[in-house]
Amino acid sequence: MSRLSAIALFLLVPWLAFGIDSGKAFDDPELQARYEAIIAEVRCVKCQNQTIKDSNALIANDLRREIRRLLAEGKSDVEVYAFLVERYGEFALYRPRMSGKTLVLWMAPGLFILLGGIFTARVVRGRMALPIDDDDIEVDEATG
Amino acid sequence: MLRYLSPLLFLAVLIIVFAKGLGPERNLNELPSPFLDKQAPKFDLPGLINPDEQISSSVYAGEVAIVNFWATWCGGCRQEHGFLMELSRKNEIPIYGIDWRDRRVEALNWLSQLGDPYRVSGFDADATTGIDWGVYGAPETFLIGKDGRLLHKHLGPLDRNTWETDFAPLIAAENGAQQ
Repeated sequence: MSRLSAIALFLLVPWLAFGIDSGKAFDDPELQARYEAIIAEVRCVKCQNQTIKDSNALIANDLRREIRRLLAEGKSDVEVYAFLVERYGEFALYRPRMSGKTLVLWMAPGLFILLGGIFTARVVRGRMALPIDDDDIEVDEATG
Repeated sequence: MLRYLSPLLFLAVLIIVFAKGLGPERNLNELPSPFLDKQAPKFDLPGLINPDEQISSSVYAGEVAIVNFWATWCGGCRQEHGFLMELSRKNEIPIYGIDWRDRRVEALNWLSQLGDPYRVSGFDADATTGIDWGVYGAPETFLIGKDGRLLHKHLGPLDRNTWETDFAPLIAAENGAQQ
């Protein structure tokens, strides 16, 4: 019996979780969906590894309120993101917009793959040109 | 020869890049303000001391000034308060305050107990002006040029050291350039 009640008690633990976003939801479910999508893309500038959807920092709360206000005013998603970037910089967005400043950021992965590919191709081609029966030490000297 | 040197060179470049990026001066909390060298944001707020009075950013038009976001609940603000008092006593620069996310009674208490370094303070209870300025944690101090440009933004408590290294040269340049 006591074991059963202990289990029942533990089952109640999840109820301790409480909502971070205590703001009133939009009546329009489409607007609410857009709101939730946006706040999941915005970095909490105070607590930088959280989105403002997950953070209960004061500033996250303020930003959620502003985003809710902008959406209620009929602003588009692009306008909401622009509002945030204008004040907090591209850093406020988890996916920074493509622009002159962030071009390097977006291009870097492709660029690194390309450089690595060229490097690998050169090494492989160099080794393929060698006689097969050479051992490794001689290979190194031969290509040098 | 080059074959052996090039990895070393590559390593040297990496070391420099990482030393710069990960060095002791790195502060992940400090974000550069997007307004830097552009027109600083404006504000138009009810006064802290006199709620009937409207205070706007035009109060410092044409002068070099600092705008300081503060709050009574903020430890860093208490820490820098003495230095702000010193700046104001020595008349080094006009200081405008914005009491941010705060309660008026407590803010008024603070000023009467610790002294009021501000020429005038606006009251931004719901942080809308704070958001316009990209404020995310008090204290934040903005150095404004004569033409309303943002010359520098400082995050965290001010002290004499920061003032002399980060603010003083910019103020001198601003005053020198336009005389």
